[in-house]
Formats: sequence, structure tokens, C-alpha cells
Amino acid sequence: MLRVFPFFLQAAWVTIQLSVLSCAMGLVCGALGAAARLSRSPALRFTGATYVSVIRGTPALIQVFILYFGGPQIGIQLEAFEAGVLALGFNIGAYMTETMRGAIISVDRGQNEAARTLGLSRFETFRSVILPQALRLMIRPLGVNINALIKGTALVAAISVVELTYTAQRYIGSTYKPFEMFLLAGSIYMVIIYVTGLGVSWLDRRVALK
Amino acid sequence: MGLDFSVVPAFAGALFSGALWTIAITLSAAVLSFFGGIVFAVIALYAPLVIRYPFRLFAWLFMGTPLLLQLFLIYFGLIQIGIDLPAFVAGVIGLGLHFAVYNSDIIQAGILAVDKGQYEGARTLGLSRIQTLRKVVVPQAVRSVVPPIGNNMIALLKDSALVSVIGVAELTLSSQMAISRTFRPFEFYVAAAACYYVINLGLEAGLRRIERRIQLAR
Amino acid sequence: MSDRPIIDIRHAAKSYGPLEVLKDISLQVQKGRIVAIIGPSGSGKSTLLRAINDLDPLSSGEVWLDDIQVNKALPPRQYETHINSVRQNIGMVFQHFNLFPHLTVRDNITLAPKMLKGISKAEADQLAVEQLNKVGLLDRIDYYPSQLSGGQKQRVAIARALAMKPKVMLFDEATSALDPELVEEVNLVMKQLAEEHMTMIIVTHEMGFAQDVCDRVLFMDQGVVVEEGPPEVIFRNPSNERTKNFLRKHLKGQH
Repeated sequence: MLRVFPFFLQAAWVTIQLSVLSCAMGLVCGALGAAARLSRSPALRFTGATYVSVIRGTPALIQVFILYFGGPQIGIQLEAFEAGVLALGFNIGAYMTETMRGAIISVDRGQNEAARTLGLSRFETFRSVILPQALRLMIRPLGVNINALIKGTALVAAISVVELTYTAQRYIGSTYKPFEMFLLAGSIYMVIIYVTGLGVSWLDRRVALK
Repeated sequence: MGLDFSVVPAFAGALFSGALWTIAITLSAAVLSFFGGIVFAVIALYAPLVIRYPFRLFAWLFMGTPLLLQLFLIYFGLIQIGIDLPAFVAGVIGLGLHFAVYNSDIIQAGILAVDKGQYEGARTLGLSRIQTLRKVVVPQAVRSVVPPIGNNMIALLKDSALVSVIGVAELTLSSQMAISRTFRPFEFYVAAAACYYVINLGLEAGLRRIERRIQLAR
Repeated sequence: MSDRPIIDIRHAAKSYGPLEVLKDISLQVQKGRIVAIIGPSGSGKSTLLRAINDLDPLSSGEVWLDDIQVNKALPPRQYETHINSVRQNIGMVFQHFNLFPHLTVRDNITLAPKMLKGISKAEADQLAVEQLNKVGLLDRIDYYPSQLSGGQKQRVAIARALAMKPKVMLFDEATSALDPELVEEVNLVMKQLAEEHMTMIIVTHEMGFAQDVCDRVLFMDQGVVVEEGPPEVIFRNPSNERTKNFLRKHLKGQH
């Protein structure tokens, strides 16, 4: 156990990097996706809807494979880690799109009319009335998306990124202590998820105070 | 090397059989996760403390760790202690247990939301606690949580791709076998994605039908 | 009709902490008799009714059904078996019907007989037909509760209770949750039961109905039976001030 521990820690660091980077990318994709889905342009709305439907209708693993193994055929040559970050971020972005859209829509009713009757423009209304309230509503559900993302980073083990699950699999298969190895990797995941959860709660409280 | 989707039809049969396996594993695991979810929910709410607390620990562990890690444990881990499950069985158990824990969470909430009058109605007829739970409370709880459980089933379909890594020849692994013969990953993974998308549409339509059918009985 | 009471409540008392909701109440009901319990809300009338099948257990006192003590002190497991068999003999109808929404009318009625009396499906169906005929809802046998009106739901709930062939029927404000125009259809079913000499204990707000149907009326207030007697006496010529006050408020608008 002690002998393998450093390898698990190293792998955990990779998992954390994967999570943070793909989360950042997911938030960007989510914001763009939500903007597209709520836009007045039918073309943008269609693009946004297609993005969400295709990504949520197919396995994340296949998306990772298309980018990593299929990418070179269309001129995209990526390291496994890079492909993992991009595919995971693009994937979770579709779920975040729906989270953000849901939050915005639920504020929009009523508030929009109230602000517009005051003479605020559509953009001003969105920026100073809708968005601040929607941000508050979306933090917890985004936390749920991020929780899923952290566990989802495991699947880049399938393209040999040496993260936690890949490392655990190697030792589950080679040591005669499969349950111990599982528990070791599992506890590290739970610590990462727990700390992230604390962060989300903190953010939620901070935003709620305003 | 450009794209050439004309290589795909030659492997249509293999992809089709892979798709059938994907459907088979999804449905088997869905059934396991559904009934497992009910059993887990009842354990989590009503079992004696000595069972309830270890169970909650197990549930917490399963919800806090990646499915892929759990699949590795069940498939490679069990081999080491002498239990050599066929990959399909290991996959169904892994997927089924994983989603049973998630379903259990939802069903627990459903059970707690059943009106107190329902217990009283059943109990005044002379039904025992267990009969009341089995015939009155659980069926209602399950009906009230069909939409979120349906979402879990859709997630299960997509996560079934993960069992390719333990060697179940479902859709993902079938496309990989075609790729190893043609060296055309992009085409075949996109083809596989399209198959998943179609199966997903079918599953969603099926779930909507179930929702409509139970609408009156709620 | 024999004089031996079928329901015998002896010195029933119940308190939630310092709050006494029932104070030393005794009540005997002979077979075939119909007793109405009236009183303001919070008077303890529902609590008393629900003590009869031990749905709300008493703090002290005894409840007897024939020669069986309902609220016998037993170890949990034995009590469970005991109370389940006792409850099969006591039908209960609730304010909010408590029909099982996931079952058809037929299955609502046959669930308990099938599970507890081991009757066949054909016998159970026959039973459902009989009971639904009685409450005039045979044409709704394959409906779900969500497809019925409130009055129809309550009539099905009565049929469900009757299907267990109970010795006594308890009605806990069976018409209070109904729209006024639906009250009468439920009252009619209850009157019909009265004509068949079903033993009934009825908690109600409907003074007119109590007056027409019951042999005896109990007026309860603050956990005690303030006054009891035949309906003519209680409604026409009550002796207690509290009864008079209560009736003055509640008979307004009724005849």
C-alpha cells in the first residue's frame, strides 16, 4: 500500500488537472451554448439545440475516441491528455448549457416584463436583472454537473491517460489486493469531490448574500 | 488521409450485432438497477441499523466513485479472488449496481413523499406493514419517480459504452474491431455514435410511452 | 338485537405532553346502532374515532370489539398480527378518501380481501361487483381514482371498507372534503347502510344528517363528552350551555 501510494498521488494530480481544465472549458461551452439556445436567431438556436442533443445523445467515451483517434484524420493531432480535456469539456458543456438555460428561463418569467416596462433594453435587462439572479440559481446544479465531470474524467483511462482510474486499474490487475486499490483510488476521488462540494457551497452562500 | 464513410457499410452487420448487445446490456442492467433500486431504497429507509449503516456506506462509496473504476473492481478484482465472471455478466452487475444506487436515492424520496393517508387507508383494512409497503407505498413511489429514473436509464445507455473496456463486444467494441481492420477510427466512431443516438431516441420514446401509460394511475 | 355492546370504550384518555385531548371517555355501542359524534374542531372527536381501531393509540383506557380487546398491550410483533386481524373487522372511511391512486376501483376493493382472506380472483371480482352495485358505481369498476369525482371516490372508499365484511364502520368526516353538491350521494349510501342495520360511528359536521340517521348523538368538547342522548333531545332540547352554543352556530342555515 505504502509502495503504491506515491503513484496514486501523482495520478490524483492528473485527475485534478483534467477536472479543472475541462470544467473551465465546460463553463465556456455552457455559456455559449445557453446564449445560442436563448438567442433570437433561429440558426443559433438550432446550432445550440443540435450541440446539446448530439452530445447528450451519445456516450462521452465515443466522443473522446472520435477526437483522440479520429482527430488525426481531419488534421487534429492531440496528446491524450489534451484530447481528454477538450472532449470532456465539450461534453460537460452540453449539460451545463441546459443547466444555465434552465436557470435563466426560470428567472426570466415576470422579471423580464417588469424590467422592460421600466425602459431597460433587452441587453441591460439581461445583464443587470436576469443574470445576477440566474447565477445564484445555477450554482448548485452546476455543482452537480461538476461532480459528474470529476467522476467522468475516469474514462480517459481508456486512451491511456495515467490518471487515477488508469493507475488503479493497473494495480487492481497486478497486486493481489483489488479491494484495497479500489478503496485507495475511491477515497481520493471522494476527497476531490468533497472539497469541490465545499467550494460550491461556499460560492453559493457568498452569492446568496448579495 | 481524408474521410471515407463508404467503408462503413461493409461492417454494418458487425455494428448491428454490437448494437443488439448494447441494447441487451442496457435493458438487463436497467431491470437490475430498477429492482435493485427499490430493494436498496427499502433497506436504506427501513432495515435494522446494523444493515442500514453499512449499506449507506456502500451507497456513498458507489455514488462518489467513477463507474469505470467500479467496473475494473468487479471484473479484474473478482478474478483475483477466484470469481471469474463472464464480461457480460460483470458489465451488467457493474452498471446495474451503480445505477441501482442512484435509483435508490430517487425512490427513497418518492417513498417519503407518499401521503400519510395511504398508510392509514391500507392499515385500517388490516394490511400489515410489509404488505402496505409492497402493495401500496412502493408502487406509488415508483410511479411518481418515473421521469428521473428514466433519465438514469438514458445515462445508463450511454455509460454502457464503458463495458467495452472489460471486453464486452457491444457497439463500442464492435466499432473498435472494425477500426483495427480498416484503420478508420473517425468513420466508425461516428457510425457508432449515430447508432447510440438512434437507440437513445428509441429509449426516450419508450420512456415517454411508459409515462403516458401511468398518468391515470397516479 | 342483543344488549351486549359490540364496541366498548372504557375510560379512554389521551394526551400529547401536557395537552389532554381525551379525558376519561366511556362509550358503548350496541350492534346495529348508529352513533354520531359532533363537536367543534379540536374537541377530540376524530381522535376518539381513530382510537377505536388503534390508529391513534390511547394513553390509557381500553377499547373492546366484541370480546376482543383492540388495544391490548403486546410485544410489537404479536401486536402487529393482532391489530391487523382486528382491523379487518372495523371498516374506516376517511375525510380524504385515501383511495390507492395506482390501482383501479376494482383493485382498490379487492386488494385487501385477496391478500388477507385468500379468496380467488373470481370471488374477489364478484365481491367488487357486489359492493360497487351497492354504492351505485358498477360502471366505474375499471376506472382509476383520478378519473372519479370526490363523491364517487368516497363511495368507492365505502365499498372498499365494506368488502372486508366489517362488524363496524367508522366514518371520519366522510363528507367534509366534498363540494356541497356531492355530499348527498355519499349521505344516501350511508343512509342505505343504516337501513341494513350496519353498526356505525360517524364523526360529522352535518347536523341534519346526524338528526335523520342516528340513534344517538354525542356532543364532545375539549376532550370530554359534554352531553349525549337521542337526536331529538340533543338537537331540539339540549340541556348544556356549550351544546346550545355549538348548535346555535351550526344549525344556522340548516333546518
